[in-house]
Amino acid sequence: MRVFFALLFRNRLAGIGGVVLAIIVALVLLTPVLPLQNPDVTAMGDRFLRPLSPGHLLGTDALGRDLLSRLLWGTRLSLAVGFAAAVAAGLIGSAVGIIAGYAGGRIDNAIMRFVDMLMAFPYILLALAIVAALGPGLMNALIAVAAVNVPFFARNIRGITVGLASRDFIDAARLSGKGHVRIVLTELLPNVLPVIVIAMSTTIGWMILETAGLSFLGLGSQPPQADLGSMLGEARAAMISAPHTSVVPGVMIFLIVMSINLLGDGVRDALDPRLKSGALTRPMAATRVARRNVPEAQGSGLLQIDDLEAQFHVGRRVYRAVNGVSLSIAPGECVGLIGESGSGKSVTALSVMGLVASPPGVITGGAVRLADEDLIGAPYARLRALRGNKVAYVFQDPLSTLHPLYRVGDQLTEAITSHHRISAHEARERALKLLADVRIPNPAARLSAYPHELSGGMRQRIGIAMALANEPEVIIADEPTTALDVTVQAQVLALLDDLRRRKNVAIVFITHDFGIVGQLCDRVAVMYAGRIVEEGPTERVLSDPAHPYTRRLIACVPELGGGRRQLPAIPGLPPAVDQLPEGCAFAPRCDRATPDCAQGEIGLRGSLRKVRCIHPEAEVGA
Amino acid sequence: MSVMLQTRDLSKSFPVGRRLLGAPRGFVHALRPTSITVEQGETLGIVGESGCGKSTLARMLVGLMPPSGGSIEIDGTALDRADPAVFGRMIQYVFQDPSGCLNPRQTIRQILDAPLRLLYRMDAPARAARIAELLDAVNLRAEFLDRYPHEFSGGQAQRIGIARALAAAPRILVLDEPVSALDVSVQAQVLNLLADLKAQLDLTYLFISHDLAVVEAVSDRIVVLYFGTVVESGPAERVFASPRHPYTKLLADSAPAVGRPLLKGAEGELPDPLNPPPGCAFASRCPAATEICRRDTPPLRIIDGDQFAACHHPLAP
Repeated sequence: MRVFFALLFRNRLAGIGGVVLAIIVALVLLTPVLPLQNPDVTAMGDRFLRPLSPGHLLGTDALGRDLLSRLLWGTRLSLAVGFAAAVAAGLIGSAVGIIAGYAGGRIDNAIMRFVDMLMAFPYILLALAIVAALGPGLMNALIAVAAVNVPFFARNIRGITVGLASRDFIDAARLSGKGHVRIVLTELLPNVLPVIVIAMSTTIGWMILETAGLSFLGLGSQPPQADLGSMLGEARAAMISAPHTSVVPGVMIFLIVMSINLLGDGVRDALDPRLKSGALTRPMAATRVARRNVPEAQGSGLLQIDDLEAQFHVGRRVYRAVNGVSLSIAPGECVGLIGESGSGKSVTALSVMGLVASPPGVITGGAVRLADEDLIGAPYARLRALRGNKVAYVFQDPLSTLHPLYRVGDQLTEAITSHHRISAHEARERALKLLADVRIPNPAARLSAYPHELSGGMRQRIGIAMALANEPEVIIADEPTTALDVTVQAQVLALLDDLRRRKNVAIVFITHDFGIVGQLCDRVAVMYAGRIVEEGPTERVLSDPAHPYTRRLIACVPELGGGRRQLPAIPGLPPAVDQLPEGCAFAPRCDRATPDCAQGEIGLRGSLRKVRCIHPEAEVGA
Repeated sequence: MSVMLQTRDLSKSFPVGRRLLGAPRGFVHALRPTSITVEQGETLGIVGESGCGKSTLARMLVGLMPPSGGSIEIDGTALDRADPAVFGRMIQYVFQDPSGCLNPRQTIRQILDAPLRLLYRMDAPARAARIAELLDAVNLRAEFLDRYPHEFSGGQAQRIGIARALAAAPRILVLDEPVSALDVSVQAQVLNLLADLKAQLDLTYLFISHDLAVVEAVSDRIVVLYFGTVVESGPAERVFASPRHPYTKLLADSAPAVGRPLLKGAEGELPDPLNPPPGCAFASRCPAATEICRRDTPPLRIIDGDQFAACHHPLAP
């Protein structure tokens, strides 16, 4: 709750709206006990008294009634009616929306078509028709305004419900013995409630305006009862001679609707979970860099990463995702980067081209050199010239990296023409050749296909073709086969292996699968808690792991042909990267750990093979 | 050994191109008539790639999806879909996505409470005792009870999912890719936990996965599905070691393994489900396919003892 108010008042306009509304609400709540004159008593002698007249602070209206008194009583009524209409519309609309969204199929179809029909009428016409049928009166105006706003709630809530109703937890509730009513009330409703509150807070202002509109037309409150709309309506005849009679209720309507709308927007933003995580802020074009010094190059690879440090700054917390990673990749070499989720392998890869989202990501140290040119902190124009050109990426899920609304051929040619000035015809020829290169059958027809028309394996081939489009020197593949079936995975891996040998492309292959590393990579680096804990030629690391983490990770992955067995699991969990322990991060889970493992900095030892351990399983040599 | 679960010609087809009135334009057969038998105390592994019908089969078994044809029998009685409480006590489901199967706005206590209250009508003290027992069974601490799902890691959330399934005290657990969303080190923890629970509680498992090595490590028998049909079934130690169906062999050879060269030259994907080819669905990708394969659908038949395959030209062992 405190967090909610802090977020709400961070938006200054919402704060102003809240204060204004609070004053108005306090005033109308106090109206019955305030020393006000009777709002309905006429005094023809005191007609049209100007504001600040003795005894009448805001003056009087055409019948000599006290305007201040009528204003407060009228505001009280208008607020009550608007609020009641919003609650009624919210309740009925949400109920309709939840039922339609949960039931689905024909029921959903029937309900939503009826709602669409209601929405097809201009709302004021519909409200007029309802009041005409029911007769004038404040209660009927309330019903009309509520009815007019039901479709808005119904459509909104149905959309949310449809998304929730297909989630696994609804099925889980069904298996727990819950019936439809219980599922709607205990599973769906708590999840849509914030949306209902948001929708209500942003529409209540409209409903007050609409009720005022009906009263203005004489269809709402009946004389002598005052509400803001009827006050305006009665003042219309004297608008020129006694403008204050219409200005007073007009200003009040303005203040109410304005403050409610400002507050409603604030509530919406404060309740939006995306805002809390900072996701609504658009990431910068390149990762923010805040490093003190540039380390010396430790090797002479085509892609040379030295002491890279990347962090995420969320609020006061600092997540140290990458802590001093050094890696050297030679031309045409395939290096595997292996680790579990949260080990920093993807952040390392994204840092190379400044692709870590900022905020919250910051590169706090190290250097990434491509052919001796430092890319960390390079100007955006330079990074852009290199991205997809010299260094290309292949991501895990091709469905989310390909634009769903463009044909794959257009996306492929765009990848080429953004780095090369060639004609559309030439670009198409190249795109065709690329598709043939990644062994897509019938490439000419596939160029005009949309991503959703292709299978997962075909989409990933397109992703690889895009990466190859500008003949890069380095391809960074971030779990490119994790989303694919095994037989398709084998095809894609064979393709990648073949391409790198034919085109002499260096590949950084990020994965969690030792089998893939064993089949594809020349060298492998194992990451744990943001650091490389072991590195070396693939065969030797896999057959004779030196770091206890590597050995145990390999042991707990079942291998085909091993038969039925108990797997030697690693107890515990990797450490949270905002609370890294001193010394070796694996020590708390390690069976070889001694007290000195939790002290000081443990360096990466060795040259050809490296290990970050003071009690290694195997000697790595100097 | 008694039969715990049996399906007879169980099938599911989805209408495509539904019209407001009248018959739909066509059907996609997600699962063709399938008969499987699971013995009491056995772990049956079900393997296949996406679109093979394994999740459709699982969801029908636990009553989340009505079958289009055939029957399901649990412990000798036909599955009654009318009352979820009845089959909920017989068979339960563990979901693939550990955080998606927990309602984000309910505490762990509320999640575990529902099956006890609704399926067994337990009173409050009995429920509290049972929840403590369940949490202990999946190696979670009691202080987790009043927390919300987003506070848990994937492995912990999956343990809660397993505890939720066990709360109904079922005889059979359908595990639909229970470890594929987890990290490898956590995967082994959960697999071992499942093995312990099975022994303690005398459960029967249906273990569905696309990861052949995991399935082989936990199963007694394995069923291989392709394009909605069982293409091979047999004892776990033999199915992948000496596959009889060419598709099983392709699967086994595709699994990445240290020290084995990458598989070259195996192209092709699933046929179009809207226009299934006549004969064997694998024929277009099969190196041994002949005339008959493209004409007649091969039936599932005994190849060697308890190993079955649906193939006109089964491979030699």
